[in-house]
Amino acid sequence: MYKQASWNESVIFTLGKSGRVGHILPEVEEEIKATIGDLKTAVPENLQRTTNPNLPELSEVEVARHFIRLSEMNYGIDSGFYPLGSCTMKYNPKINENLASSPAINMIHPYQDESTVQGILKILYRLERWLAEITGTYEVCLQPAAGAHGEFVGTLLMRAYHKFKGESEKRTEVIVPDSAHGTNPASAAMAGFNVVVVPSNDDGCISLGALKAVVSERTAGLMLTNPNTLGIFEKNIDEIARIVHEAGGLLYYDGANLNPILCKTRPGDMGFDIVHINIHKTFSTPHGGGGPGAGPVGVSKELARFLPVPRIVFDGKHYHFDYDRPDSIGKIRSFYGNVTVLLKAYAYILSLGFEGLKEVAEVSVLNANYLLKKLKEIKGLTLPYDSEKPRKHECVFSAKTLKNETGVSALNVAKRLLDYGIHAPTIYFPMIVDEALMIEPTETVEKEELDHFAEVMRKICAEAYTTPEVVLKAPHNTAVPRLDEVKASHPRTMTLSWRMHKKRKGKNL
Amino acid sequence: MDKHNHPYIPNSQPEIKQEMMQEIGIDSIDELYVDVPEKYRLRKSLNLPKALSEFEIKKHVEALLSKNKTCDNMPIFLGAGCWPHYVPAVVKEIVQRSEFLTAYTPYQPEISQGMLQALFEYQSMICELTGMDVANCSMYDWASALGEAARMAVRVTGRNEVLIPRIIHPERAATLQAYAEPAEIKIQQIAYNRETGQVDLEDLNNKICDKTAAVYIENPSYFGFIETQVDEISKQAHVHGALLIVGVDPTSLGILKPPGDYGADIAIGEAQPLGNSMNFGGPLLGIFACRDDMNLIRQMPGRIIGLTTTTDNSKQGFCMTLQTREQHIRREKATSNICSNEALCAVASAVYMALLGPQGFRKLGETIMYKANYAIHLLSKIDGVKAPIFKSAHFKEFTVNFDGAKSHVEEVNRKLLKHQIHGGKNLSKEFPGLGETALYCVTEIHSKEEIERLAEALEKILAG
Repeated sequence: MYKQASWNESVIFTLGKSGRVGHILPEVEEEIKATIGDLKTAVPENLQRTTNPNLPELSEVEVARHFIRLSEMNYGIDSGFYPLGSCTMKYNPKINENLASSPAINMIHPYQDESTVQGILKILYRLERWLAEITGTYEVCLQPAAGAHGEFVGTLLMRAYHKFKGESEKRTEVIVPDSAHGTNPASAAMAGFNVVVVPSNDDGCISLGALKAVVSERTAGLMLTNPNTLGIFEKNIDEIARIVHEAGGLLYYDGANLNPILCKTRPGDMGFDIVHINIHKTFSTPHGGGGPGAGPVGVSKELARFLPVPRIVFDGKHYHFDYDRPDSIGKIRSFYGNVTVLLKAYAYILSLGFEGLKEVAEVSVLNANYLLKKLKEIKGLTLPYDSEKPRKHECVFSAKTLKNETGVSALNVAKRLLDYGIHAPTIYFPMIVDEALMIEPTETVEKEELDHFAEVMRKICAEAYTTPEVVLKAPHNTAVPRLDEVKASHPRTMTLSWRMHKKRKGKNL
Repeated sequence: MDKHNHPYIPNSQPEIKQEMMQEIGIDSIDELYVDVPEKYRLRKSLNLPKALSEFEIKKHVEALLSKNKTCDNMPIFLGAGCWPHYVPAVVKEIVQRSEFLTAYTPYQPEISQGMLQALFEYQSMICELTGMDVANCSMYDWASALGEAARMAVRVTGRNEVLIPRIIHPERAATLQAYAEPAEIKIQQIAYNRETGQVDLEDLNNKICDKTAAVYIENPSYFGFIETQVDEISKQAHVHGALLIVGVDPTSLGILKPPGDYGADIAIGEAQPLGNSMNFGGPLLGIFACRDDMNLIRQMPGRIIGLTTTTDNSKQGFCMTLQTREQHIRREKATSNICSNEALCAVASAVYMALLGPQGFRKLGETIMYKANYAIHLLSKIDGVKAPIFKSAHFKEFTVNFDGAKSHVEEVNRKLLKHQIHGGKNLSKEFPGLGETALYCVTEIHSKEEIERLAEALEKILAG
């Protein structure tokens, strides 16, 4: 059975000894000191820091050991299976990491003369073209730092487009399905739109009747992921696109679920006007425990004029930055994007090519449906919405029956999975499924692991019927047992920094 | 490439596929795509590169990257939002640990304690540096943090105007605009004192009113000078019921007074200099912190990690807190849409801050202060050069004007390149009122010899 390392690792502020230091800076040359004189006179008196920041004082070896121990109490893809739905947690090839840590990329400044950065510009330019080709869009901008950041850009582009057409006052609504990722409504609201929710049908797809009812001259656009978060392909995409376009709205593609359709079909061909891509999902760049990611945005020819500046252009000989885009939405962050993440995607595409990327999609779908078949046989789990229909990259099971019959919830199943050394699926999402367990295996997992996962799920559900307390009190084999998340968020006990901890301790809270 | 048996796709082996298809009850994988309308099925090949082996990829990418000239090959005096600093080897080692690198957002805290504790420590150390109580575990960069800070101030105060200094990074200002415009936030610039560059207090006084949600200042400023009227600005903002947002370069905080000490309600900034390489401008790491005040905390954007205990109260532990502010729960009513952030960069910064400690930060600040001022000293002695333009104390960055030498920055920089030196950032288009001016940056990585080499090269160039 799995056992995660469990160090009793104190918060770093309690480690070390006064006077220790973990890194030494180059000594300032005496002549410089003599020329400049006392720094007390160089720094304005009222802006001088009088007390040193209360940081820990540790030697390098203590720092190294502290963080290495912490890393041992963390689970990554290299630790094991990570079927976290809609997050596409695939294996991260090592060569990509290797290339991205080259000084030739780490040590270049974004404002260097263009002649001195032709290598990286060529990589970024080519990546833009490849991503445009894969998504079926006209032009791609690499700047957004994450998927949700790409969505923000996408909705700003919608805004700019309607403004350009003189309809910004009128077009105030963005439609999202009830199965949408939370970022969709949040991004639309950030861009100043009212969010209108359209419900799903019994087959898990958007209800066309409901869509027709909410579409109007107020519609700025529809945000959709296809396949959707249930893992189901919106088969009526043709009709959906027609309804939205005829109303004068734009169709936005949430690329979080792009993996299963790579080189099989393209959002641009389906009528999407704006597409974001989660580089850290589909293109296998490590997610870093929460980022950095990258969320490039591709658009149709009509919308290209609004993309953030600068654009990378090629004059046949050299690569340049073009800032001269008068209709651009401007900037959404500094510089050009999360370049090292983008470089990893470049290497990833090169390692697969067209045929390989298609294979990625097909095997990810094969794996998902194989797993689905096995999980369907487990007592306590049900597959809501058309259970005969194939899923794409992921499948969403409901543990409602299990909960009703045993008291064991989706959360408890998730926690128990951790005991077996498997990361939990996404739970309680999409919100339209009770006790949801959203499972996405990806193409990088082998059949033996899928069989093992299904077997573990069967065991856990059996435990729920025989020894439910084992599951209810899980996890037992992780660094710590179950955490009190309510206490963590309660205003009276909330401790968001070491400084707050000391303050509360002083007051005996 | 052999389509089958790809190293990243274990089940690409035909026999395995066959076995799995049989289990599902299909004859071909295409049956799993039946719901994709025929007219949208891609029946042609795409214009993508041919698949290469790992060795070929390595050769190819390295050959391309070798066309870049790095600051290892030639000294670089560029800053302006992305700065050359040394990244200690142990920082790189830790963020390459695959348990950190290949993890996802710590949705399951019991199996993600390492990342959660590291992020809590990052938040805590940022608080100590900035003198604030609460920090989130990262924004995309300084510019997006500013956009989010303005929106937060508007939510907290119910007002809709934000005042910013005239002297601010244009990319930061443009980003702020993109974040502010959809929320109908009005951004107004405050004039600066022509002699010192400092905020013009009279202009601030004229513009601040009961509609002002926040006053934003930067320390050090975009042009590298230290804003000294912080107490007056803070007082003005608070008298009018506005929040004070302060943007900082954290490398200055070993020697400069932290924003918490002069009443900042929100502190933001760029933590790329703390253990993250330049990487051609990204990934960066946006700092976002505020005071311990529930009205502020509830409106914070981004993810926050909190200290808690296990439910059986046997152990201390960490988990994500206040998730009811976040998009995955609150959807369109969320404080922000941020989901993926810059967590790994935050871990790098946590390691960096722990390595330097209080002494190291003081030393870092002093070293930069000495070296930048040494560069100012040498450059200001050159005929026709004015460095800096403003009569204020400078940290790390400073303006260099070539009007007296009747030279253009572009031309000077082109000639510097021939001397194997990257000159400062050209400001003449962004701030035409300043004439032919560049923004130079000197940090702890610049040796005395390199600074002198720059001065000598400039002297030669300007002498014709």
